[in-house]
Amino acid sequence: MDIRAQLSMSFHLDKCIGCHTCSVSCKNVWTTRRGAEYMWWNNVETKPGAGYPLTWEDQERYRGGWEVSGGSLRLKLLKGPGKIRTLANIFFQPNLPTIDDYYEPFTYDYQNLFNAPAGDDQPVARPKSLITGEFMEKIVLGPNWDDDMGGSPLYASNDPNLKGLSDSQKDMLTKFHKLFFFYLPRICNHCLNPACVASCPSGAIYKRGEDGIVLIDQDTCRAWRFCVSACPFKKPYYNWANGKSEKCIFCYPRVETGQPNACAHACTGRIRFVGALFYDADRIEEVAKAPEDRIVEAMREIILDPNDPRVIEEARKAGIDENWIRAAQESPSYNLFKKWRIALPNHPEFRTLPMNFYLPPLSPILHNAKSENGGTFDPESVEFFNEIGKMRIPLRYLANLLSAGNEQAVLESLKKQMAVRLYRRHLRMGDISESQAKAALSSVGLTTQDADDIYRLVSLSTFQERFVIPETHREIQTNVDPRTMYEKRGSVGFGVKKKEFLGRTW
Amino acid sequence: MDKFLFGGMPYIFLMTAIVGAIWRFRSNKYTWSSQSSQFVENKTLFFGSFPWHYGIITVLLGHILGLFIPKSILLWNAVPVRLYVLELTALACGFLALFGLLALIYRRLTNSRVKALTSSWDVLVLIVLLIQVVTGLGNAVLYRWGSNWYAATAVPWMWSILKLNPNVDYVANLPLITKTHIFNALIFIGLIPFSRLAHFVVLNPYKYLVRPYQVVRWYRRGGPTVNIVQYK
Repeated sequence: MDIRAQLSMSFHLDKCIGCHTCSVSCKNVWTTRRGAEYMWWNNVETKPGAGYPLTWEDQERYRGGWEVSGGSLRLKLLKGPGKIRTLANIFFQPNLPTIDDYYEPFTYDYQNLFNAPAGDDQPVARPKSLITGEFMEKIVLGPNWDDDMGGSPLYASNDPNLKGLSDSQKDMLTKFHKLFFFYLPRICNHCLNPACVASCPSGAIYKRGEDGIVLIDQDTCRAWRFCVSACPFKKPYYNWANGKSEKCIFCYPRVETGQPNACAHACTGRIRFVGALFYDADRIEEVAKAPEDRIVEAMREIILDPNDPRVIEEARKAGIDENWIRAAQESPSYNLFKKWRIALPNHPEFRTLPMNFYLPPLSPILHNAKSENGGTFDPESVEFFNEIGKMRIPLRYLANLLSAGNEQAVLESLKKQMAVRLYRRHLRMGDISESQAKAALSSVGLTTQDADDIYRLVSLSTFQERFVIPETHREIQTNVDPRTMYEKRGSVGFGVKKKEFLGRTW
Repeated sequence: MDKFLFGGMPYIFLMTAIVGAIWRFRSNKYTWSSQSSQFVENKTLFFGSFPWHYGIITVLLGHILGLFIPKSILLWNAVPVRLYVLELTALACGFLALFGLLALIYRRLTNSRVKALTSSWDVLVLIVLLIQVVTGLGNAVLYRWGSNWYAATAVPWMWSILKLNPNVDYVANLPLITKTHIFNALIFIGLIPFSRLAHFVVLNPYKYLVRPYQVVRWYRRGGPTVNIVQYK
């Protein structure tokens, strides 16, 4: 057993209102620079939707992630055994998205509003490209271009997650009364089996052993751009001005000191949870090779129980600090993903073993059930609990998005969330009997204690309960010279350390 | 004049290359990048980058091979058919490179995004490369069977430079176009550390073939990179 720690974020999709506060705080902290202005390390997508960059989930086009072929795990990008294809394509990559798949960064010519000569028409601020500095004919794409299902016949209908849905279910994209959508906030998944790391010819990308954060060594990156193609989530971004790839850094300067990530801290809906997980690094390859219907289960197995005395002993042997062990025992991520089994990874079929987890959305279902029954059906009733598969968001869609097509895994999570609601309704309203509520709980394998804990975490939890982030105490490590500890404070955080420069010097 | 151009300048350019590379690598590692512009334009790039790199790398390897095993090349060329095969391959690769280079120059001149990202170093590099490829092809077409006389002129001259005992007599009587080719090559070498040409000397990609997929670094343990697992 090779036990390692991993920081992990979980998202309660039911509570996400798509306000983009997370995206904005991330952008303000990390990517307000030339060459990075098109990057959204954290972005929130409307699902169904084409996403950002357009159709990032379509791995026929981008060939991101891994595939099992002939019993071995291979990067999809390599299209065969050996790594020689990487070097052969180093001069031109057929699978690289271009800026047109994201959007051409732009600003507006605001000055014209003040300087325009007097005339019959109102002056306008025309868009200007931030790459060329020239006026743009029109803006054809932007971050969240298809937000809230905007232009869904053009954009959302290309969502790869719609495969396997019936035509009547696909009607929901265009029929206003039957519309379904929800928001999917996305950051880098800091995978256990990251494809970006595996594809980097320079060896610039690495996973940190201590906390599992995946970073790009900016001094070693040589702009071969393979990480952009290989990551199936399209979370490494190419800085077109500096010729370096950049990605979400899990706000490591913040989490090292026990503060939550900028996105999680800013979240108004309090949908995010951050915690530590222990996993067995010896089993990564085996789990990444698991068949699609078993891969979520296999991912749960690789996460170790931090309360198991044997695991604790192994963790101590591996040099994991006591505060990390304590944090792992109180980790919301562990509870949501493994203990209660209600959170699911995003696209586990890409086989990168992503370490962010999502609670599938429940709320739109209730609405539909109610109207289907002429408004008399009580969505909180026990009958509905048994019919949860007939939901507004097709199970198939959620399964394609969150469990490699395994509908049972999604159903389990939805039923559990519903059972907790029934139980709470019994406690608060009393119109559901105790026996009914307890029957619902036991049918999904939850105890009343679990139900109380789930309710507490997803509804009432405080800052400290949502973000259980152990400090790393870099300052007491021997390789840090105490005299230079603070020298970088207040200096340019990302990119060049010596002087601030935008764009190229060479 | 020849003494200065082919006896002294080689050392100046070689020193520039070596000292410049060390200086830039130590002082400004962050800027060491291939500065790929595929992200902003990838349609014309395909017709430029692929032929250019494959053509020029083959030709360059031929030059390097000639430097180290001139006798074997001459032996190979002793049979006319083999000489024709070698020369035609080299010529084809040269034209492939020229085609690619022209496509790249066209792209840089016409695409507004690429133009906006072009630095004056890029222009300089493109001019040097164009002179190099055109004079190289000129040599091949005008003064036939270069692979033979290369071994008798430029190769011993290069060795005399490397042995710190420059002997310009080997190259003094070469035609002007060949001399241009040689001197421009020296400029190219001197430019390597100071432009995007730096990506030409990075060694990491070759390591990729033998390293395990995953890379893990431990900030606590310091020292070298530790890997997780090598997938089969």
